[in-house]
Amino acid sequence: MKIVVCIKQVPDTKGGVKFNPDGTLDRAAMLTIMNPDDKAGLEAALRLKEQYGAEVTVITMGLPKADEVLREAMAMGADKGILVTDRVLGGADTWATSTTIAGAIRNLEYDLIITGRQAIDGDTAQVGPQIAEHLGLPVISYAQDIKIEGDSVIVQRQYEDRYHELKAKMPCLITALSELNEPRYMTPGGIFEAYDSEVTVWGRADLKDVDDSDLGLKGSPTKIAKASDKVRKGAGEKVNLDTDESVAYLIGKFKEKHII
Amino acid sequence: MGLEEFKGVYVFAQQVDNVLDGVAFELLGKGKDLAKDLNTDVTAVLIGSGVKDLADQLAVYGADKVIVVDDPELKEYRTEPYAHALASVINKYKPEIMLVGATAIGRDLGPTVSARVKTGLTADCTVLEIGDFPLNAAPDQEQLHNQLLMTRPAFGGNTIATIACPYNRPQMATVRPGVMQKIAPIEGAKANIEEFNPGFTPDSRYVEILNVVKAVKNTANIMEAKVLVSGGRGVGSKENFKLLDELAEVLGGTVSCSRAVVENGWQPQDLQVGQTGKTVRPQIYFAIGISGAIQHVAGMEDSDLIVAINKDEDAPIFDVADYGLVGDLNKIVPALTAALKSEMGK
Repeated sequence: MKIVVCIKQVPDTKGGVKFNPDGTLDRAAMLTIMNPDDKAGLEAALRLKEQYGAEVTVITMGLPKADEVLREAMAMGADKGILVTDRVLGGADTWATSTTIAGAIRNLEYDLIITGRQAIDGDTAQVGPQIAEHLGLPVISYAQDIKIEGDSVIVQRQYEDRYHELKAKMPCLITALSELNEPRYMTPGGIFEAYDSEVTVWGRADLKDVDDSDLGLKGSPTKIAKASDKVRKGAGEKVNLDTDESVAYLIGKFKEKHII
Repeated sequence: MGLEEFKGVYVFAQQVDNVLDGVAFELLGKGKDLAKDLNTDVTAVLIGSGVKDLADQLAVYGADKVIVVDDPELKEYRTEPYAHALASVINKYKPEIMLVGATAIGRDLGPTVSARVKTGLTADCTVLEIGDFPLNAAPDQEQLHNQLLMTRPAFGGNTIATIACPYNRPQMATVRPGVMQKIAPIEGAKANIEEFNPGFTPDSRYVEILNVVKAVKNTANIMEAKVLVSGGRGVGSKENFKLLDELAEVLGGTVSCSRAVVENGWQPQDLQVGQTGKTVRPQIYFAIGISGAIQHVAGMEDSDLIVAINKDEDAPIFDVADYGLVGDLNKIVPALTAALKSEMGK
């Protein structure tokens, strides 16, 4: 079985956020991690590899430094890493990103594609289902549990107040939740190997069946009109009184506001 | 085909088990505002099996027209055939705006449909308005009017972005439940129904449902509560949450909590507010023994009124609270409960 896992290097949102003048994210200026949902997707792939035997290829799109996240994945146990990087791909929204990744995956053989549900930078949950759409594959999002049965996958898919147990014929695409599993750590041997092994680097010319007009900032239907740090509401009143006075103060405020 | 041929505001009216989701009514309410600015009308798209009877409810909440796609294949939600149904409606009727609730279903359906009809999709919007793109006229770029401007939080609530979709139609957005206001019901309104069936031919993309397991709901939906009494690490123990239960009961509210509380096993994850939990905006939010880490604040700062009770007067929660009480929650909370009881009994 061949599994492709899509992963993304994301800014660690705890470290603050920086923008380019055009309103897109200045990814080069921030600390980065492997997106948590993607890591769960990778872990799921590695477990399927252990259970059923599989070749796991990780693919990412990003700046040249996104190579790091591929090596981390390889140190966890992925077999191959592919970095899709090209200036013309910069500033892509989810449409242009999914078009790019689908264009790269068209060069590969696969039975199963796993992506994370969503990345912590954009939180859109769009790229996985959109890759499936571009490749004409069935998609099962929010997977809680993944099993293989013959040429099909059996997946628990969570939604609203229920879950569905779904059966889809491979090839198909699954999006994984970080709740799916507890990802393993890199092994020391794996780290050495990963840093010695080759990462395949692809550019625009390596994307299959993709129009230039669908790539990068230019090919993105959505445009950022404005981006800014969130203006937080200022502090209100703070009192430091004894218990009864505190309570009387708050009751007074509630009355003023007609809450009681 | 020109963008000007796309007309009208369309809303995906989500239903599960032939019960409409509240977000459908909220989207209609917002849709009406947008339609007014654009001098057009609002259409609900109702997709399911045996759902035609629900159409009048949509009229009651403002739908000028209801397109019903009714087919036995659409009984339980599946990405396919629902995506086929909605994409076919878009291709046939050509709406200029298509709104979908940012529910688990909407966040699955939206991306697939937007990729199929080749347009942009802005996720989890909290503000929608009609305006110009670019916002300010620039010499080297034509300024387009009557664009849908979609505002959403990103980066765990650290930033806010306003997005437009100027050169593709429809302009698609998923909208967070609980954010938009539904209109006052128009009692007795009857739907203007148009039935449409694009035809459904199952193929490999129609996954097979082996089993449907409904979760037993044993926890309250904190996203719908008007009053939330939320506890943090400072509450001290699982048992001590009874102080919060009592306060919540007096106000007809619900107890929620911070991440630390879930990690300590004092409350279930369903009740967690914050970046890794739920985003809430009740009328009153009590933050009790919660220090106010940014990840927590991101999930509750849009509450109408925030009351913080904490013994540490430098706790960052006081920076977002309307009313802050510095003191011992073990004394203040029961005293407040008693005082509210006596006030409300009057």
